[in-house]
Amino acid sequence: MNKKAELIREISGVNPLKCMKCGKCSATCPSFDEMDIGPHQFVSYVLRGDIEALANSTSLWKCLSCFACVERCPRNVEPAKLIDAARQITVRTRGTEKDLSPDEIPALLDEETPQQLLVSAFRRYRR
Amino acid sequence: MQRIGVFVCHCGSNIAATVDVKRVVEEAKKEQGVVHAEDYPYMCSEAGQALIAAAIKEKNLGGIVVCSCSPRMHEATFRKAAERAGLNPYMVEIANIREHCSWIHKDMEEATEKAVILARAAIAKVHLNAHLHPGESAVTKRALVIGGGIAGIQTALDIAEAGYKVDIVEKTPSIGGRMSQLDKTFPTLDCSACILTPKMVEAAAHENITIYTYSEVEKVSGFVGDFSVDIRKKARSVDMNKCTGCGLCQEKCPSKKSLSEFNRGLGTRSAIYTPFAQAIPNVPVIDRESCIKFKTGKCGLCEKVCQAGAIDYAQTDEIITEKYGAIVVATGFDTINLDKYGEYAYHESPDVITSLELERVMNAAGPTKGHLERLSDGKAPKEIVFIQCVGSRCDDHRGKPYCSKICCMYTAKHAMLIRDKYPDVNVTVFYIDVRTPGKNFDEFYRRAVEEYGVNYIKGQVGKVVPQPDGSLLVQGSDLLDGKQMKMRADMVVLATAIEPDPSVRKIATMLTASIDTNNFLTEAHPKLRPVESPTAGVFLSGVCQGPKDIPETVSQAGAAAVKVIGLLAKDKLTTNPCTAESDSLLCNGCSVCQNVCPYGAISYEDKEINDHGIRETRRVAVVNGALCQGCGACTVACPSGAMDLKGFSNRQIIAEVDAICR
Amino acid sequence: MSVEKEFRPKIVAFCCNWCSYAGADLAGSSRLAYPADVKIIRVPCSCRVNPMFILRAFEKGADGVILCGCHPGDCHYSTGNYYARRRMTLLFSLLDYLGVEEGRTRVEWVSAAEGVKFSTVMNDFVEKIRSLGENVRLGDLRCKN
Repeated sequence: MNKKAELIREISGVNPLKCMKCGKCSATCPSFDEMDIGPHQFVSYVLRGDIEALANSTSLWKCLSCFACVERCPRNVEPAKLIDAARQITVRTRGTEKDLSPDEIPALLDEETPQQLLVSAFRRYRR
Repeated sequence: MQRIGVFVCHCGSNIAATVDVKRVVEEAKKEQGVVHAEDYPYMCSEAGQALIAAAIKEKNLGGIVVCSCSPRMHEATFRKAAERAGLNPYMVEIANIREHCSWIHKDMEEATEKAVILARAAIAKVHLNAHLHPGESAVTKRALVIGGGIAGIQTALDIAEAGYKVDIVEKTPSIGGRMSQLDKTFPTLDCSACILTPKMVEAAAHENITIYTYSEVEKVSGFVGDFSVDIRKKARSVDMNKCTGCGLCQEKCPSKKSLSEFNRGLGTRSAIYTPFAQAIPNVPVIDRESCIKFKTGKCGLCEKVCQAGAIDYAQTDEIITEKYGAIVVATGFDTINLDKYGEYAYHESPDVITSLELERVMNAAGPTKGHLERLSDGKAPKEIVFIQCVGSRCDDHRGKPYCSKICCMYTAKHAMLIRDKYPDVNVTVFYIDVRTPGKNFDEFYRRAVEEYGVNYIKGQVGKVVPQPDGSLLVQGSDLLDGKQMKMRADMVVLATAIEPDPSVRKIATMLTASIDTNNFLTEAHPKLRPVESPTAGVFLSGVCQGPKDIPETVSQAGAAAVKVIGLLAKDKLTTNPCTAESDSLLCNGCSVCQNVCPYGAISYEDKEINDHGIRETRRVAVVNGALCQGCGACTVACPSGAMDLKGFSNRQIIAEVDAICR
Repeated sequence: MSVEKEFRPKIVAFCCNWCSYAGADLAGSSRLAYPADVKIIRVPCSCRVNPMFILRAFEKGADGVILCGCHPGDCHYSTGNYYARRRMTLLFSLLDYLGVEEGRTRVEWVSAAEGVKFSTVMNDFVEKIRSLGENVRLGDLRCKN
């Protein structure tokens, strides 16, 4: 396993070897049709160490972080955490000039928004 | 000082690959009292045992230490070998250098060092071993079977056929168990009732079998060969001796709204009921929760119509006490609760059912008279989806980590039967893996696909959503196609995980039989003693030990019966001589030991004591060796240090501690 | 020049014959490794373990003592582990008072089917003892080299 794949395992805390390839994640996923790599495939990309492909996939940004797959996964593999980790790596290694400045944020906030959504939204839309 | 021999086993390469056995031999030779030490590739082999016997005789050994596998494996073997050579079998100690050493360590230096220390501890202990002689206890020639399903019935029949008395205790009003609820059985598609009913009748008619239905085990005491069991016969409110089983009471009973347990809540039954037509005994019970007479005092219709005068509202629970030599647990299973599986809409839609419910739907005596129809509107379904592994293989907070084993086969059976009877119905099965090992099992599954055109999709279902038009939207994944698919279905059948019947926990506690984290009873050895519980005299039959299908259950039931017969055939059992013993000279008669003893093995008597020349009569503790099971609770509780345990004495254990910490 | 030797703790584990010893056997047959510092003594039941044995172990230089028994309610002898639990609670608080840190003593329930738990518990316990270092209390100075 290469360094990036190891990093993903570390950030996500996911053990991809627990996956039994049942497909429950992809069966549950509301954005499956918009993804080029399905949630059930995340695990094999990480195991293969092919993080480049994950980082360049549309799935990286189409995952809603709704955590339906995390909730339903019978083996506690939690594919959403894997893709979230891949997203973090991508975001962290990219430049920061496109990002929002902290001062702009409060005006954009809706009080009803769940915090989970905010965090994942920041990761996904800081482009 | 004993003359001690040490025998180090290689166990092929199991021990020798990580433990330097030659060094263990050399180190052992340095220990006090060791006059002989050698190693051999397989100490448990005949040649190995001969080696031990020869050394005992030649070197006149007073005690031996075998450094080998776990004492749970071969302690008995080596004790017998020692006995044959004229040494008291309790002068043998085992140093477990396989399970506790070579198998868990990789570094040879480290493992060898540990093996030497374990050997030293065993040598230190054997120095203090004493010659022990097992006692004898009688065997009550009667067996108890808890659970009246196919496992319990088969075990009871086999024991009864061998000529021993056997009692079946069943908590529901009839024997038959889960098998009686099934419509057809795989892989032959026999009608379940047709093959079960004759066995039920045979059990009921057998002169050696007594059946207690609507009864539960209340209390168990005693030990192998001599259990004493309290059985609660719940009030049936019907006199078993008078009832003719005409069924008129059930017909006339005005309270007909209770959900039928037998039909898994899909149909209703009267308050006075027999669970099903072929019930044995064919004597109804009154469900006092829903009976109008019991609720309001008015009614009493059943009493009026009963020509035999069998109705007895005043009946109360009765507790009978019976002695048994052996007990078989055959408590079976139930399906898991689906409350945590909201995505399948099981509680929202009556058209989402479990496989066991489908059995009832398919059965001619079931809620739909055997017609396949939707429970919501009675319409014939056109599209049926089966979902596998609902709660099985779930290593999460919702389900069970194990494979329920029977689902793949019964789903193939259901799919096949539906396609056979209703060729215009489409059947789709979502599976993770199809597991069909077993005689004619895979062929059976392939027939479902090849001959009956059942559509198997590798993938899981994410959600089932009831639609306004009454149909169900099934969203699942097709992993081989890499697609997410949405399909409309009229019915969804869930292959719900099975779990041991909840009653098993209480029973296991009463029997002190060990149970695993999933509530399955543990066997004495997973491979070599699969039908025995580690608790002597307790045997396992059927799903209470692990998921299994009918053929497997029947074979295990037979195996359990053979073990019971083997036990009951003996007139005397040898008892464990490692029992507690009180030193009258130290005992002050305080009764503390008596209070902690779970077996009532300690009593007190006035004994004349010669305390250093002073003769006086004192009240001292006396242990009944036949009752004492050797737990040692009293030895620690004793404030004066009078109580000790033979085979695990204070001095022996301290010697081990010292040797390890040296 | 003396080379600092890696600290290898001496750990005594008392295991009841019916559950924990079998659990240790299962850990072995499943090849679930734990440090060789742990040496197991078989006792019929956790209630056979006299507090004296534990004191003796510390006296003779043990760095940690762990007692394993059947889960509460599952004792082969019905109630033995309850006695063990009470006795050990009392003993451990006394030991703590005497300066033998709480982490050096432990009671764990391991069933015959829990090989994984046995190995996890032992790894964890050894880790704890290593972090606590050598036991300096209760030791009989005559036993030291």
